[in-house]
Amino acid sequence: MAELDTSGGGKHKGGKIRSKKASTRVDLTAMVDLAFLLITFFMYTTTLNKPKAMNLAMPDNSVPTSQLAIAASRSMTILLGSHNKLEWYMGEPGKSAPTLDHYGKDGLRKALIDNAKQVAATHPAGEQTMEVLIKPSDKSTYENLVATLDEMKITNVQIYAIVKILPMEVEDLKKNNIY
Amino acid sequence: MPRVKVARKSTAIDMTAMCDVAFLLLTFFILTAKPKIEDPSHAEVPPSSFMIPLKDANMMTISVGQDKAFFSVTEQDVRTEALKAMGEKYGVTFTPEESLRFSLTPIFGVPMKNLKSFLDTPPEQIKSFPQTGIPADTTNNNELFQWIYTARQAERALHDKLLDVSIKADSKEAYPMVSKVITILGKQKLFKFDLITTLKTAPKK
Repeated sequence: MAELDTSGGGKHKGGKIRSKKASTRVDLTAMVDLAFLLITFFMYTTTLNKPKAMNLAMPDNSVPTSQLAIAASRSMTILLGSHNKLEWYMGEPGKSAPTLDHYGKDGLRKALIDNAKQVAATHPAGEQTMEVLIKPSDKSTYENLVATLDEMKITNVQIYAIVKILPMEVEDLKKNNIY
Repeated sequence: MPRVKVARKSTAIDMTAMCDVAFLLLTFFILTAKPKIEDPSHAEVPPSSFMIPLKDANMMTISVGQDKAFFSVTEQDVRTEALKAMGEKYGVTFTPEESLRFSLTPIFGVPMKNLKSFLDTPPEQIKSFPQTGIPADTTNNNELFQWIYTARQAERALHDKLLDVSIKADSKEAYPMVSKVITILGKQKLFKFDLITTLKTAPKK
C-alpha cells in the first residue's frame, strides 16, 4: 500500500542533478485501524445513558403539625397486594367494597381517571381535587410502588401520599387472595 | 487492431478523512467515558415513564437488592472522612492503606465488623467476598443510619453542600425492606429523594 516513488530517477544528461522528491503521503491504514479499535473499546465500556430517577417527597413526620382533614368522599385509597394486583376504594375504609384491579392502562389508570372525573362532577368548585392514599402491603414489591407513583404522574393526581396499611385492609387483601 | 487497454487505477484510498473522523469520535468517547461500576446489589430497577436526569456529583445512593442494603457516595474525600467517623463510633481503627482502599471503593455492603477484612482482601479476590449488606433496622442506631449520617456530616464539613439521596432498589424487592430504608431516611429528616428507574415509553394520551 505504501506509495512507491516512481517519479524522477531518469537519466540526467548534462542537466542539473535534482534531488528526488519524496512523497508526503503517509499510509494511514494502521492508524485508522487502531483508532477504530479504541472507539469500539470505549463505546462498550462507557455508560452512555445517565441513570434517571423519579423524585418522591414523603411527608415530614418529625414535627407534629395540624393534620389536614381529607374529605372522605374525595379520597381514593389504593391497596397494593401481592401477585401484581391491587385494590382500590373511595371514601373511608370498610364502608365501600374495594375493587380488585391490576396495574396498567385499562386497570389502575382508568380507575384513577374515572374517579377523578366523578369527584370533580359531584363536588362544588374549589374542592374538586382528588386525594390518593397509597398503601403498600408487605407482600407488594418495589416495582408495584414505582408503577403506582408513575400512574399518579401520568393521570396528574396532585395530592398523594404513601401511608401505612391498616390491619383491616390487610384482611381485605387476604379475602381476595392477594396477600 | 489495437487492444483497448483498461486503465489501471491505484487501489490506495485516501484515508485522511476517515482517520479524522475516527479520532474525533475517539476523543469524544475518551472525554465522556465513565467506567461502569460493578454493582454488588445486582438491582434491576423498575421502569417508569416520568423521570428527571440524576446528578452525578454530591450523590448518595442506597442500593437495595435481595434484602441487602448497599451504600455509595460519589466523592472520595467524603468516603474517607465517613470511614474515619464510623471507625471512631464503632471502635475500629483503619490503617492508611485501608482508608485509601475504601476511598476507591465506589459501593459496598459489609457490616462494620467485617469491613476491615473486606478492605484487606486483595483486589482480585474482592468479587468473591461475601457482601452481606449493611445492617439496617428501624431503630435509631443501626449501621445504615450511621453511614448516611456520617456521610452527610462529612459532605457538610468538606464541601459545605447537601448530599442528594437516591434509592436504587430491585423491582422484585419486597416492600418492607424499601419501607425500612425510607423510614431510616425519614428519621434524619430526609423526606425528598430520588428513586432510580429506567425508561419506559411514555403513554400516549
